[in-house]
Amino acid sequence: MPYKILKKEALAPQIKLMEIEAPYVARVARPGQFVVLRIHEQGERIPITIGKADKEKGTLTIAFQEVGKTTYHLGTLEAGDELLDVVGPLGKASEIENFGTVVAVGGGIGVPLLYPIVKALKEAGNRIIMIEGARCAELLVLEDWFKPLVDELRITTDDGSRGRKGFVSDELRDILESGQKVDRIIAVGPAIMMKVVSELTRPYGVPTIVSLNSIMVDGTGMCGACRVEVDGKTMFACVDGPELDGHKVDFDLLMKRLDAYKALEKESLDLFLKTKETKNA
Amino acid sequence: MPENTGEEKKRRRGKPTPKKTPMREREPLERIKHFLEVPYGYSPEEAVQEAQRCLMCPRPFCIDGCPVEIDIPGFIDLIVQKDFLGALLKIKETNSLPAICGRVCPQEEQCEVKCVLSKRWEPVAIGRLERFVADYVAEHKLEPEPVVPEPNGYKVAIVGSGPAGLTIAGMMAGWGYKAVIYEALHEPGGVLTYGIPDFRLPPEVTRREINDLKKLGVEVITDFIVGRTATVDQLLTEFGYDAVFLGTGAGLPRFMNIPGENLVGIYSANEFLTRVNLMKAYRFPEYDTPVLRGKRVATIGAGNVSMDSARCALRLGAEESLIVYRRSPEEMPARIEEIHHAEQEGVKFHLLTLPLEYKGDEKGWVKKMVLQKQELGEPDESGRRRPVPIKGSEYEMDVDIVVVAIGQVPTPLIHQSQPDIAITKWNTLDANYETGATTKPGVFAGGDCIRGAATVILAMGDARKAAYAMDYYIKNKAKPGIWEELRAATESYVPKREVAEESEEEPEA
Repeated sequence: MPYKILKKEALAPQIKLMEIEAPYVARVARPGQFVVLRIHEQGERIPITIGKADKEKGTLTIAFQEVGKTTYHLGTLEAGDELLDVVGPLGKASEIENFGTVVAVGGGIGVPLLYPIVKALKEAGNRIIMIEGARCAELLVLEDWFKPLVDELRITTDDGSRGRKGFVSDELRDILESGQKVDRIIAVGPAIMMKVVSELTRPYGVPTIVSLNSIMVDGTGMCGACRVEVDGKTMFACVDGPELDGHKVDFDLLMKRLDAYKALEKESLDLFLKTKETKNA
Repeated sequence: MPENTGEEKKRRRGKPTPKKTPMREREPLERIKHFLEVPYGYSPEEAVQEAQRCLMCPRPFCIDGCPVEIDIPGFIDLIVQKDFLGALLKIKETNSLPAICGRVCPQEEQCEVKCVLSKRWEPVAIGRLERFVADYVAEHKLEPEPVVPEPNGYKVAIVGSGPAGLTIAGMMAGWGYKAVIYEALHEPGGVLTYGIPDFRLPPEVTRREINDLKKLGVEVITDFIVGRTATVDQLLTEFGYDAVFLGTGAGLPRFMNIPGENLVGIYSANEFLTRVNLMKAYRFPEYDTPVLRGKRVATIGAGNVSMDSARCALRLGAEESLIVYRRSPEEMPARIEEIHHAEQEGVKFHLLTLPLEYKGDEKGWVKKMVLQKQELGEPDESGRRRPVPIKGSEYEMDVDIVVVAIGQVPTPLIHQSQPDIAITKWNTLDANYETGATTKPGVFAGGDCIRGAATVILAMGDARKAAYAMDYYIKNKAKPGIWEELRAATESYVPKREVAEESEEEPEA
């Protein structure tokens, strides 16, 4: 069954948003879950988080950053094109209840995944403080999605081109140090950001949930590519996660495993970009 | 029209010879450079010659050894008469996947072990003959389009497109049911596609036999995970299926839980084989999915999956591919043929050896394994002699890639998403082995998901029994106590074969 792209939008340089027809998945997707997609016959299977799921239209909205061959290739597709495979929803759904005050920390491409979680948490009665961080102003995405939803939206950029100059962790530290009651933190973004956030909140004893971006093949618990150590125990991010207790995750192991295919990924991407150039020339 | 009396059959066969007609193979040093299939298969002349070795026993024991009860002397007699299409159709009466079974069945412990010839000589090469007729008919496009039966108005959902799912789908479709298979991956075939390497089962063979089922009306829906995309309950209610069969296999990898097992470069056999076979990582970067390659690759375990992994590693360019196994050669669970192929290709066997720990570098890549020698002690609960550690025998060995192939267990997804489908203490689905009936009325199961990791043909045997039970159930749904009957059954609903009373015949020397 082909999965048609209905809409494509560039959110920032190299960050794109797509609305895809996937009626079965859209019907049952819950906040925090992801899909695995494949573009073409020779393609790899990559996990992508679900930003929005529209049950009535039968569509999913995903956002992705062009970092490797498959995401670059995905970025060249347009509305009307089709994906070969979209399977899901995968992973455990977010725990949603009225915790009180929740700080949602989003970095880079983790931001879209936060949308359905934040929306559900808001509907459950939580007060939400959102911290969004990016390298620079033009990489900040989806503010318009969150603005009407959250009680406070704080922005940080590495270069200070928007919001506070610094990292999401600086803003989070201020909140924690201000003494205001924070009941839960949910952090989604690059592994290093989630590690820093988890280290920061540990002394405060605030439950901190992270959503892991491990390498996956099938995404259904079959292969174990995504294994991660949680409290010394091996778990599979695809079926035991992706959301796990940030205070128990071995982030150093996660980061090493994320780098496993770096050289091969570069080879693949270089070849793709070269072929594209030759075609365009 | 040749006559088919016992006397005629005897006249047609030649004089038995002690040895199987050999099947030509690619040379070991040539074949480890690529993923092409190792054996070439019989020529028609070789097949006829081998078929003539069959004694056409009036009471054929070989059929007893076949979980799907193929009329083995029946199809072999047709080969003798050079009616290869007839032979294939004879096999297809009970087995819709002959080209697959001819390649991957452990015939030496099923049909062939029961062959009367094997009392004195080598048995008839039943597997090679099965493979020959399937390939010959496909290559020469001899098979007529199947007659699609009149729909009987019922529809059944089949979860998983491995050997069990394909078998029951073919049978139900053949009886007029609408059979729809739901597959979680993007390509059907289950373990045939993601697990068994191309050099042992070329993907086009699997695709061909699945296409034959599609011609019979079987529908295959990929990218659909029952338990995630929809539950079993939804299949029975919203989707309106009259019954469901679960053939979800044993896809969850086991690890040893020893220090360092999560270092980069240590794969589960499932991941390694899925990357290589399903995703075609051996053709990277033409295919996008990469796989790490190493100079010295150690595979832990000595089953068929281990042999497949060790042989894949050689084909990916490993200078050394090792099997590390804690018991002795006699206990290796792999088929003798697979062990033999691995040895021919240069796989080295480190037996009575147990990994204790893996050590890595600062980047987190595996570099060394700590091994410990074992000796055999008293038999354990499996009846095999238990390996006992030899204290002080620990040593280190350099290694670049490790493949952990110590078995798979069924996915917990079905039970998690549908708790009224109970599981056993071994995490297999609780099902009656004769009918496949699970603890949930209308839901049947068979294959590795009820057995733990077993073989293709046992899964197909389960599926065949479940097909008869499912047909009976759907047509007798109104009968009070029908599900209790299927749950308690001690015999299958497969019609009994007519068995001749005559005694067996010994081969004449």
